[in-house]
Amino acid sequence: MLSIKNLRVSISGKEILRGINLEVKPGEVHAIMGPNGTGKSTLASVISGRDIYDITEGEIIFKGKNLLEMSIEDRASEGIFLGFQYPVEIPGVSITNFMRTAINEQRKYHGLDPMPASEFLAKMEEKKQMLEIQAKLANRSVNEGFSGGEKKKNEIFQMAMLDPDLAILDETDSGLDIDALKIVANGVNKLRKPDNSFLVITHYQRLLDYIVPDIVHVLFDGRIVRSGGKELAVELEEKGYEWIKAEMD
Amino acid sequence: MEKDPNNILDEVTQGEYKYGFYTDIEMDTAPMGLSEDTVRFISAKKNEPEWLLQYRLDAYRKWLVMTEPTWAHIHHAPINYQDIFYYAAPKRKKELTNLDEVDPELIETFNKLGISLEEQKRLTGVAVDAVIDSVSVKTTFTETLEKQGIIFCSFSEAVQKVPELVKQYLGTVVPSDDNYFAALNSAVFSDGSFCYIPKGVRCPIELSTYFRINAANTGQFERTLIIGDEGSYVSYMEGCTAPMRDENQLHAAIVEIIALKDAQVKYSTVQNWYPGNKKGEGGIYNFVTKRGICKGNNSKISWTQVETGSAITWKYPSVVLMGDNSVGEFYSVAVTNNFQQADTGSKMIHLGKNTKSTIISKGISAGQSSNSYRGLVKMTKRAENSRNFSQCDSLLLGDRCGAHTFPYIKTENKTSIVEHEATTSKISDDQLFYCNQRGISTESAIGLIVNGYAREVLKQLPMEFAVEAQKLLSISLEGSVG
Repeated sequence: MLSIKNLRVSISGKEILRGINLEVKPGEVHAIMGPNGTGKSTLASVISGRDIYDITEGEIIFKGKNLLEMSIEDRASEGIFLGFQYPVEIPGVSITNFMRTAINEQRKYHGLDPMPASEFLAKMEEKKQMLEIQAKLANRSVNEGFSGGEKKKNEIFQMAMLDPDLAILDETDSGLDIDALKIVANGVNKLRKPDNSFLVITHYQRLLDYIVPDIVHVLFDGRIVRSGGKELAVELEEKGYEWIKAEMD
Repeated sequence: MEKDPNNILDEVTQGEYKYGFYTDIEMDTAPMGLSEDTVRFISAKKNEPEWLLQYRLDAYRKWLVMTEPTWAHIHHAPINYQDIFYYAAPKRKKELTNLDEVDPELIETFNKLGISLEEQKRLTGVAVDAVIDSVSVKTTFTETLEKQGIIFCSFSEAVQKVPELVKQYLGTVVPSDDNYFAALNSAVFSDGSFCYIPKGVRCPIELSTYFRINAANTGQFERTLIIGDEGSYVSYMEGCTAPMRDENQLHAAIVEIIALKDAQVKYSTVQNWYPGNKKGEGGIYNFVTKRGICKGNNSKISWTQVETGSAITWKYPSVVLMGDNSVGEFYSVAVTNNFQQADTGSKMIHLGKNTKSTIISKGISAGQSSNSYRGLVKMTKRAENSRNFSQCDSLLLGDRCGAHTFPYIKTENKTSIVEHEATTSKISDDQLFYCNQRGISTESAIGLIVNGYAREVLKQLPMEFAVEAQKLLSISLEGSVG
């Protein structure tokens, strides 16, 4: 699914990622943990194609294609979804309109006609029910005036609508109370399939109680310094990041 | 992967003008230039009564001693008023009695513009008056409307059919010496639409006028007069396009609206005159005076405009709130791109008690264009307990365009409330990245964001126009990034 080799990335001359290697197979859920400022969000942004970074070395291969040569929207159409840490407000644009535009642009990329309105509305309905989202949400402007929890739920809803092969969830748990966290995690679990993968970026082990990862990576100072099973997350929670820091020194 | 934002901006803002074709029609024109003879020529062509000729000549004489206004935030080379044809009409073989007799070239022209002159328009519930250059070529649905006593016809026809109504109201809202361009129009106006809704009648269909400038070096000076008698209602739409030409063409129109007691008039415009090319060559100079008067108590006039065309737009649709409890509204989206210049806004003159006005203006600037809002809210001494709310937002795409706001507020009583809000924003990189990440191209994302930004205004448009306007906004801005 996703293969990252020796990825080195800097921004304004400062190196953030210093040789990342990562293999994600279909059906797997990977968690990336680490203290703040170690490059977790940068990794998410670079995979989805944000062009404010300098990629100095390495490659990212997604489903056999070189991602680094593709535009942000083409990567999305190929099946990469980023759940934002801070979802952006788009005033005056309803979620319905936003999703219809997104789905139809992705279909256009694949040479398909726009989705018929009835099919689209049925899909909206299905996903709303699945994720326990209130009907009126769809008529509101994208993220405008949403609470933190609503914004994150809306990200998961968009993920369900777009049905990506690889979903990257960037600190989706930040700012959520336990009920919202459960709804979000529940949504993710319902969307897990043998042929799609997740990259869950989080600071805390809490989320991983609900979304159980196959592999946990610890990102520290721009490198993956340790990988292991879900027990690694528990160990981290117990010993704290100071433990990794101490081992590194 | 590095992209220069300005390059993307260029790509997105370079949408082509779709209506730039020219139709080869045999034309009947007045000799070039402006003189008393030109005014007499036009009046004679239209077989006008003496009083109207005198009205025109009086306006012409006033115009001669007036000077072009210079207060607007626009720049252009001097206009040579002797270099313009003031009258151009498709040649007619005889009087038209039905559509079969309209020149097929003309029907084809309007079909290309997406306007059907055939009465099948009934299905969409729109009656159309089609004006090409200086004359109206066809008004649809006249008979259906006549049954309810509604008069909807070309201005020239109204002069012949209901001269007393025309005489009673012409120039009562926009006096012939109101301003330089109004005086010019009053002298040489060619054609336009006339509409009268009788007492208590709710016009069952949308009325619309479609203006098309076709001939070269021709000015279009249309004149529209709408009268809503007591307790009536009408929704009126206006659309405009012109061929692409390298030279500038002048358009100086007047629209007058009179709303009597309890009447409501809603006027919507989608203005898409040729804006000039990417280098700023050519395009229409659009100097328009639009004003309505809420003459009777409880009357209401509402202006909605989507301005995407013209090299220069100079236009301030206004409402004089004379009747007590009357309501004036102005909703505007003005888009400027490349080298376009817009100086537009509204005037709300409160004369009656408990009058209410709303101004919602959304400016969108891209390229190297300049977009100004200019508005006046005046509360006179007698206009007690009146209210105005104004909101003027500017959206900038790129870093080479300009947005300006010139609000004027005059209050002469202590019981009225005037509110003014203004914002300036850009499409953020974060918004674009968010859209891109969902698979939406930058071009579509801008269309989406701009339409969202303008939604408050677009939702005021009649259905038939709203869809067209949304597409137009996206096309006008194809490719802009902030």
